[in-house]
Amino acid sequence: MGALMGGVMRPVFKSRNRSFLVFGIVFLSLVGFVNCTKKGDTGASAQADLQALVLGEFGTMTGPESTFGISTHRGIMMAVEEANASGGIQGKPIKVISLDDQGRSDEAVTAVTKLVTQENVQLILGEVASSRSIAAAPVAQKYKVPMISPSSTNPRVTQVGDFIFRVCFIDPFQGKVMAKFAAQNLKMKTAAILRDIKSDYSVGLADFFAEDFQKMGGKIISDLSYSSGDADFKAQLTAIKLKKPDVLFIPGYYTEVGLIARQARELNYNGVLMGGDGWDSAKLTEIGGKAVVGGYFSSHYSPKSDKPVVQNFVAKYKEKYNGEVPNGLAAMGYDAARVAIAAALKSSTLAPTDLRDAVAQTKDFEGVTGVISLNDERNAVKPAVVLKVMASNDYEYVTTVNP
Amino acid sequence: MADTHSLFFGDEDGIKTPWQILGFALLVLVLMGVSALIESNINPYVQRIIVNCGIGIILGLSLNLVNGCAGQFSLGHAGFMAVGAYISAYLTTVLMPFGGFFQTELGVGVAVVAGGLAAALSGYIVGLPSLRLRGDYLAIVTLGFGEIIRIVFLNISAVGGPRGLPGIPLASNFFWVYLWAVVTFAVIYRLIHSSAGRAILSVREDEISSQSMGVNVSHYKVVAFVVSAFFAGVAGGLFAHYQGFIDPNTFNFNRSVEVVIMVVIGGMGSFSGAVIGAILVTMLPELLRFFAEYRMVIFSALLVLVMLLRPMGIFGRHEIWEASWLPKLKRKPKP
Repeated sequence: MGALMGGVMRPVFKSRNRSFLVFGIVFLSLVGFVNCTKKGDTGASAQADLQALVLGEFGTMTGPESTFGISTHRGIMMAVEEANASGGIQGKPIKVISLDDQGRSDEAVTAVTKLVTQENVQLILGEVASSRSIAAAPVAQKYKVPMISPSSTNPRVTQVGDFIFRVCFIDPFQGKVMAKFAAQNLKMKTAAILRDIKSDYSVGLADFFAEDFQKMGGKIISDLSYSSGDADFKAQLTAIKLKKPDVLFIPGYYTEVGLIARQARELNYNGVLMGGDGWDSAKLTEIGGKAVVGGYFSSHYSPKSDKPVVQNFVAKYKEKYNGEVPNGLAAMGYDAARVAIAAALKSSTLAPTDLRDAVAQTKDFEGVTGVISLNDERNAVKPAVVLKVMASNDYEYVTTVNP
Repeated sequence: MADTHSLFFGDEDGIKTPWQILGFALLVLVLMGVSALIESNINPYVQRIIVNCGIGIILGLSLNLVNGCAGQFSLGHAGFMAVGAYISAYLTTVLMPFGGFFQTELGVGVAVVAGGLAAALSGYIVGLPSLRLRGDYLAIVTLGFGEIIRIVFLNISAVGGPRGLPGIPLASNFFWVYLWAVVTFAVIYRLIHSSAGRAILSVREDEISSQSMGVNVSHYKVVAFVVSAFFAGVAGGLFAHYQGFIDPNTFNFNRSVEVVIMVVIGGMGSFSGAVIGAILVTMLPELLRFFAEYRMVIFSALLVLVMLLRPMGIFGRHEIWEASWLPKLKRKPKP
């Protein structure tokens, strides 16, 4: 090797010192890092300071899904600032440590490990996406630190263990809500389903919608599927149109839903379009245009609700973030943090295990996204709202469906 | 394959086999000791970073064989990693044949090797088009391959599809990851310093002249791909059994780019470069958490800075043990 490299070696030789300078800097910073962590470590092994409440948050702050994490983060910070303004916990302000996971499940695991073992947080808030919550939850469970997910709706999240909670409803419930709404409020008789076969969320919603719609006397006359990423749905829609269903249930995400709605209207299908909270995005009307107007979907909350708690939240949020109307994720983040704070106020000590018990006892909590009670499976039992798409990014509150 | 002997047992001046075995046994003992020390004394978060560095080292070293030594620009390393991760996790989580064997640490080890072999097979399949393509074109083919793998797993509901595969037994630890890192280093180092390795290096330097010298270019390209894919698959298996959860999104294009960055930052073709690059790329984002949402910006700026100061990577094609300020304990280079 030496002989082979001899010729290449010489010209680079001069800059070698510089290369070792770079290497040296890097090495020193690593040494510094190890020292820092050692200091943190001695704190970790000692009993955590139970005088003040430290909340840990992990979310997607950078990367393609960063809007999810940022909205949630804003909601959480608002709740914490409010609580601190009114005296914090036992006179001590609440601290929040937020870590970014870049939308990656392995980073989520690392972030939660850091929160629990190095930052000594007493309670964890996060994530939006169910897959990242499922990945990180075992860490919280292992170290017995309660974790509250603001908006992971997959049933498996809280099945990880008895320290994992959520303040949102689960996917099966959404399917039920829309079936109830279609059969009882709109008095529809027949329905077709177009599900995203690649998404667990969509498949779950579709199954529960079908089950409940039939229980309530409706008929599913067509059940077809697509894959997220598809752009042409004419084949499925032509087949559906021939059967003339009253309702077309599309439990997908806004991109495909927009395209499906557009193509359905182009084929002159005039039935009612319906879906789940995957519709809840400003992009829906951007992509679907007029075709989605008049469609219904289930969601976590309506910013137009006249409840004082909602109006208070919306007004404060708008004031803080340049008139932006808070979306469902911000509201869920706000509620998750408030449930945590309320539990801390009730809890005898601020030790994680005591906090867990206090969170588990959450009952009839007046949240922005409805009255929240946690059941034995640590899922929130709460109503869903049905919204109607009016015009571009404008939704009308139709009704609230209770569990 | 007239050179299999030199491939596995080193050249004529190589260390004698019994000494190698003894050295390996000693190494296992040392690793076990260090592992026990680390697990009882160091904060779990720091432990996690150290283990992630080890997985990065395996990935970096294996990609270095293809990108640095054989000179074939591959952008599909995450694909091989995904094959290894999914195959091994499928064995230990879903399939679980032979009773509970695949739940034991030894069983997981076997599953990880099986994942590596499956990845090697896919490396063979990708290696084939590389016979015809080079440079940017090969990069696109490998990139496409990585995405195909990911989307295949996305569509197989037996491994969870888009939901991911949870509940994988947590059997990897410092010991297993670093043992594999050492094995990866040793195998690839020996390979490159064998006659087969020289053939691989000659393919990088000049394909046409090495062909005219009688080097079977296509054969050595495929050898590089297969060996590299095997270790990437092993890294994937170790990763899956360390995280306890995998989803197709974990193995997307960004992951491939991350591994390429490790190799390029360290210096293409340098073993120590791949190791240091892997450590840097894994550790820096964690070190920079202090800067909150700007950390990835600063991380990228640091990468740009290193590339500006050292366009050939930190080590270029050199090794750390070639440094002039180190005492010379290496034997003299062969003529």
